[in-house]
Amino acid sequence: MRIEDRLFLVKYNPDKVSHLRIIDPAACEKCAHKQCIAFCPANVYEWDESEKAITIAYEGCFECGACRIGCPDLNISWRYPRGGCGVAFRFG
Amino acid sequence: MAKTGRRADGFDVIVVGAGPAGTAAAYTLAKAGIKVALIERGVYPGAKNVMGGVMYSQPVGAIIPNFWDEAPLERHIIEQQYMMLSADSAISGKHRSTQYAVQPHNRYTVLRAKFDAWFAGQADAAGAYLLTNTVVTDPIIDNGRVIGVSTDRPDGDLYANVLIVADGVNSIIAEKLGLRGVIDTVNMALAVKEIISLPRGKIEDRFNLEGDEGATIDIYGEVARGMEATGFIYTNKDSLSVGLGVILKDLVKSGLTPYELLDEMKNHPTVKPLLAGGEPREYLAHMIPEGGYRAMPKLYSDGVLIAGDAAMMVNGFHREGSNLAMTSGKLAAETAIEAIAHQEFSARAMSAYETKLNNSFVLKDLRKYKNLPGFISSRPQFFNVYPQIINDAATEFLTVDSVSKKQKQWKIWRQIVRGRRPVRKLLRDIYEGWRAFG
Repeated sequence: MRIEDRLFLVKYNPDKVSHLRIIDPAACEKCAHKQCIAFCPANVYEWDESEKAITIAYEGCFECGACRIGCPDLNISWRYPRGGCGVAFRFG
Repeated sequence: MAKTGRRADGFDVIVVGAGPAGTAAAYTLAKAGIKVALIERGVYPGAKNVMGGVMYSQPVGAIIPNFWDEAPLERHIIEQQYMMLSADSAISGKHRSTQYAVQPHNRYTVLRAKFDAWFAGQADAAGAYLLTNTVVTDPIIDNGRVIGVSTDRPDGDLYANVLIVADGVNSIIAEKLGLRGVIDTVNMALAVKEIISLPRGKIEDRFNLEGDEGATIDIYGEVARGMEATGFIYTNKDSLSVGLGVILKDLVKSGLTPYELLDEMKNHPTVKPLLAGGEPREYLAHMIPEGGYRAMPKLYSDGVLIAGDAAMMVNGFHREGSNLAMTSGKLAAETAIEAIAHQEFSARAMSAYETKLNNSFVLKDLRKYKNLPGFISSRPQFFNVYPQIINDAATEFLTVDSVSKKQKQWKIWRQIVRGRRPVRKLLRDIYEGWRAFG
């Protein structure tokens, strides 16, 4: 099943601003494997080759916290979306 | 010694997080007549919460007797299966008992978005002040003691004598209080899960169940390409909870996505027929604190108690977590009640919480298995060698092909066992494994 189809099953109340931020974009460019792109379960991170930067689709985030500790450089500034915003699981 | 009464505009206790730990605490406090706020960042309690799906009755019943009459439950589990996968085979054992079919049922599958909303509603009805849509951003500290919390609401500071931190696996508040550091990825599993709908009758036929009876399958072995991972299939009323958890360190290193690993498990020849015809309804992910006793934070400080996932209270081997969370939440509440009675909120007064946990199954069990997470994470052979040996041995032994049984036994020993794991290492794994289980 495609990740896009999976995420389509999830309900969100997106915040207006991103709760995720790359602390030092240059570190991403130097990062050899860019593991966040793969291990994020919601496919939030992608590498934009033309911008030489990680893009963040924060609206699809599960707020699981994996990227916060899984980024090898701890280069992701992570907080919760504002109260009531973000993912709202219907089944859990 | 800090001896201060609560501020006129404040609460006796603030609980951060309306999951099993926080709600158990808030309910217990409210029932004792304590003025308690239960703060939840989700749009409803449960909106952010995920687990495989097995809720154990005893700790819930200790808080709300006869909860099964009202709570949104899925199925009572009468059968538990343990399955060991290799790439093309599976060997499994299961236990089923009519003793699990009579009330009080020992365990139920639940859907946390529904269960947590109900449970927090009970705390609210008991007199707790439930505040949803609210993120606790910081503890408020005065003279080294926590006196309240800041929230993301306008004028959102709240004050209390005791803060119970139950904000879950990422516990930002425990970190800000300096009670725990950033958790190592070896101590966390990332779990992904799907809710797959199937008609009731189909679930009952497929899993050999009647009425509201349920079954669980916990999956070990080569679940995720030999990484440290376990999978599960749990029956709900008209859906299955299907998922797997992988140690985050392994997952990050692998360069694989968790959802492709989930797809692979779903397509395993033993798993696939169980899910056939099912329609995915929701996809979810959450982290599980798997580090055990050695990864736990300090459990209290001046005016603060930490409970549930925030305190890393998960018994991964027995797939228990919500029961530890609820019990710790209740014990935290009881500690707070005593502290309020004595108007004594120092770390020393709070230390009664650790004593209570020590006397309960929570710390007894976590201590029993304290060496297990470290043992397993340094021995990938339990995921990428032994499951294959066991399955191939079974295949060889059960294949009838005119080869004598004695010759088969010899082949199993020589080729399948010794050929892949030298006897010296095998014996060491058995001995060290036996020790790690305490």
